[in-house]
Amino acid sequence: MSKAKSGQAREPLFQLSRRGVISPAKAWGIRITAVLLGFVACGLIALLLIDKLQEDPSQIGRFYSDFIQGSFGKGKVWKYLKDTAMLLCISLALVPAFRMRFWNIGGEGQTLVSVLGAIAVNIYLGGKIPEWLLLILMFVGAVLSGAVWAGIPAIFRAKWGTNETLFTLMMNYVATFLVSYCLVIWVPNGSSSLSKMETGRLPGIGQTYIPIIIVVLLITVALFVYLKYTKQGYEISVVGESIRTARYIGINEKKVIIRTMIFSGALCGIAGYLIAAGLDHTITAESIGGRGFTGILVAWLGKFNPLGMILTAALVQLLNQGASQISRDFNVRGALPDVFVGIILFFVIASEFFINYEVRYRGHHTRDQERTGGVK
Amino acid sequence: MDKQLALQMRGITKHFGSVQANKHVDLDVYQGEILAILGENGSGKTTLMNMAAGIYYPDEGHILIDGQEVVIRSPKDAFAYHIGMIHQHFKLVELFSAAENIVLGMKEEGRYDVKRVMKEVQEIADRYGFRLDPAKKIYDMSVSEKQTVEIIKVLYRGADILILDEPTAVLTPQEITRLFDVLRRMKADGKSIIIITHKLNEVMEVSDRVAILRKGEHVATVNTAETSEAGLTEMMVGKKIDLDIHRSDPVHVEPRLEVRGLNIYDHEGIHKLKDVSFTANSGEILGIAGIAGSGQRELLEAISGLMKVTTGEILFRNPKKGQPVSLAHKSVKQIRELADRGAFHDRNMNPVSFGGMNDLAVRKWIESGNVLFREDEELHLENRNPLEIRQLGVHLSFVPEDRLGMGLVGNMDMTDNMMLRTYRKGNGSFLNRKFPRDQAHQIIHELEISTPGVSTPVRRLSGGNVQKVLVGREIAYMPKVLLAAYPVRGLDINSSYTIYNLMNRQKENGAAVVFVGEDLDVLLELCDRILVMNGGSVTGIVDARTVTKEEVGFLMTKTDRREETAE
Repeated sequence: MSKAKSGQAREPLFQLSRRGVISPAKAWGIRITAVLLGFVACGLIALLLIDKLQEDPSQIGRFYSDFIQGSFGKGKVWKYLKDTAMLLCISLALVPAFRMRFWNIGGEGQTLVSVLGAIAVNIYLGGKIPEWLLLILMFVGAVLSGAVWAGIPAIFRAKWGTNETLFTLMMNYVATFLVSYCLVIWVPNGSSSLSKMETGRLPGIGQTYIPIIIVVLLITVALFVYLKYTKQGYEISVVGESIRTARYIGINEKKVIIRTMIFSGALCGIAGYLIAAGLDHTITAESIGGRGFTGILVAWLGKFNPLGMILTAALVQLLNQGASQISRDFNVRGALPDVFVGIILFFVIASEFFINYEVRYRGHHTRDQERTGGVK
Repeated sequence: MDKQLALQMRGITKHFGSVQANKHVDLDVYQGEILAILGENGSGKTTLMNMAAGIYYPDEGHILIDGQEVVIRSPKDAFAYHIGMIHQHFKLVELFSAAENIVLGMKEEGRYDVKRVMKEVQEIADRYGFRLDPAKKIYDMSVSEKQTVEIIKVLYRGADILILDEPTAVLTPQEITRLFDVLRRMKADGKSIIIITHKLNEVMEVSDRVAILRKGEHVATVNTAETSEAGLTEMMVGKKIDLDIHRSDPVHVEPRLEVRGLNIYDHEGIHKLKDVSFTANSGEILGIAGIAGSGQRELLEAISGLMKVTTGEILFRNPKKGQPVSLAHKSVKQIRELADRGAFHDRNMNPVSFGGMNDLAVRKWIESGNVLFREDEELHLENRNPLEIRQLGVHLSFVPEDRLGMGLVGNMDMTDNMMLRTYRKGNGSFLNRKFPRDQAHQIIHELEISTPGVSTPVRRLSGGNVQKVLVGREIAYMPKVLLAAYPVRGLDINSSYTIYNLMNRQKENGAAVVFVGEDLDVLLELCDRILVMNGGSVTGIVDARTVTKEEVGFLMTKTDRREETAE
């Protein structure tokens, strides 16, 4: 009998197999290695593409230090902490829905509408009622707006099974245009740019940003407790893990979906309130600046664990600010700095694969095989 | 032996992470023989054969075909060496015909000549006695026909060594007999047949030799004629096992669950259950037999409140006669209404009436425990969701077929899985994990569950242990009705017998047990009565002590006479 290519074939180049359990130390080792490799890859690309580095490769040290300088340079620390806190706040608002496998990508619109809610209260009532009452009403306005904006797609999903991803995405555009429309009404001079408002400002404690940072940290802890130790948090996990198990146990998954999305939207409302009353004091269609989408990344990287997300929000913010520092220092324009951010995040995400799977290359034999492997 | 060696596996070792699936396994397969590979779940049977078929690559060891060392890196390589494997889960394109599926993926010059393929397929079928229409589409086929397509597919590719992974799991007794005939004919034609199984009677019936694997290691290969079921079990499990199920006679038999004229159309309008009626009694195990997909799942899901009932009734008879009324499952208003209808009496058998009493007084009287039910309660369960059924005070437990997709949450630990049934207890909004954790420890102890601890995600446990967690939780609820769908599917012998014993104990405790099974031998040994379903109808309810396997097999394929005359 003639058998095909006997003896010529070798064992496969590499094989993948799923790991059973991996120690946390090893998992973190893989993650940190991935980040470091990501930085190395960035450096190589920078050497190839940035003019200043081509002329003088010794500047590469400065390239790396810019990632630190961007966030921890002189006078930048508070801004970094504030920006991280805001990013974290918006990311946290997405977590309850994500835990339920409800893919809400409308955090951008939900937060924007909340800012709009707070600003609207300020415009119509600012100066007419005491400041403390105004601040409370702005809070109510923001939270209600966020809850409604998130509640609508939830109700449609629960009642008619619409696709929540498309729905929430579309709601972002509606929110943007709603803001533009309101600005046309509120700013009659045609510039459509609302000047900073003097009323409805949250007081600072010492440093202006401290209240915001404290509030966000409190939300982080509260959300962690809610998800892990309350009956509602447990229901969210069950619905997220398996709708069929939820039904089997008598959980009304429609109710849980609507309730959780309204809660998510209300959290976006708090983020919007902090922006409206604590930071910007005005609104544009760009007030959120994509943080509703970056927040999705932060939540995923943090595996939907509020405490872990403190780290991922800090990392993502660090990279973003490092990228803008590089664009200033090396005079690079366009998308290149964002490419660096993308590369590092790609390495971080890819590291999860190597945490879950083991790769074995050809030639890694045991002694027994080496002894007999060559015999034909 | 003067037979030619077809396939030799030498010192085969395979790891998956830290799990060792095969440990230095040696295996010989001769031409023209049927070799059974016997072992419990997780003993490495399928992994070993997957290496011969090119699905996995061994960490160590050699494979020899006709005495020549070979390297098999892919199923394509395996076919080049004339090895073909029929997997447990069929890999067929539903919209294609049998012939199209058979030729799919083969490299041929020019266009496929479907006519020629059909002719060749028919020739193969005739030679070995398969019943197959090559032009029939897969979606029109029964499971057994699909299996035939898979077998012919590898024969068409020229396989001389055929590996069948648990081929009988999905077949009726009649279909199994036919398959074995085909296998014998292939053997006579000089083919080597390897059949992976854990069913002893099949090993004895069809194989020439048996290779036994235990925990990834090759225990022995013996000639079937020189061994016995008991001997094989001992080798397979590693110790002597009592293979008898002790069936006690039912005591205190009374109707507990009555299903009357149940009809279910699913959301696509397909008639899933047709006029199903039966009674499940307390202190009895009612078996449900039938080919997979005959309506068993729909029936159990309808009873447990997961599926909408189109017409018909599901009645639960709550044995409440002479028992005190409780406020746990009824509002004061409902209790007043029942009292008006004379449903209660006091300790002296005088009728209870709440006329003119305020709610507080009514509550007090009931809480004193002196208001008793006159008769057993009759509760309608149809079209109530599981929570409502629970709130009625019906102790109904359900062990679903899909353990990790429905009964349990794989990513949660044992405590949180125990909590599924009890988390609503208490008024606060915070969870109490102490009670479920204690319950988990107790179940681990009582059912001898091997787990690193209560905080290990249940998906990490072996199949048997996962099932023990699920059954343990459902039994902890002290069910009056226990529904179990394929509770021993995929379990090793020890775990299976643990589950049988648990079912028996529930029966002795007075529960009405409904047991959906696939192994007829087990159904005949374990159950008191057997309800047989086919195509959504009940084709018979028989006494398990007197019926034969063939009779049940006949009922499993019997079509409804009314339908035949209607057509």
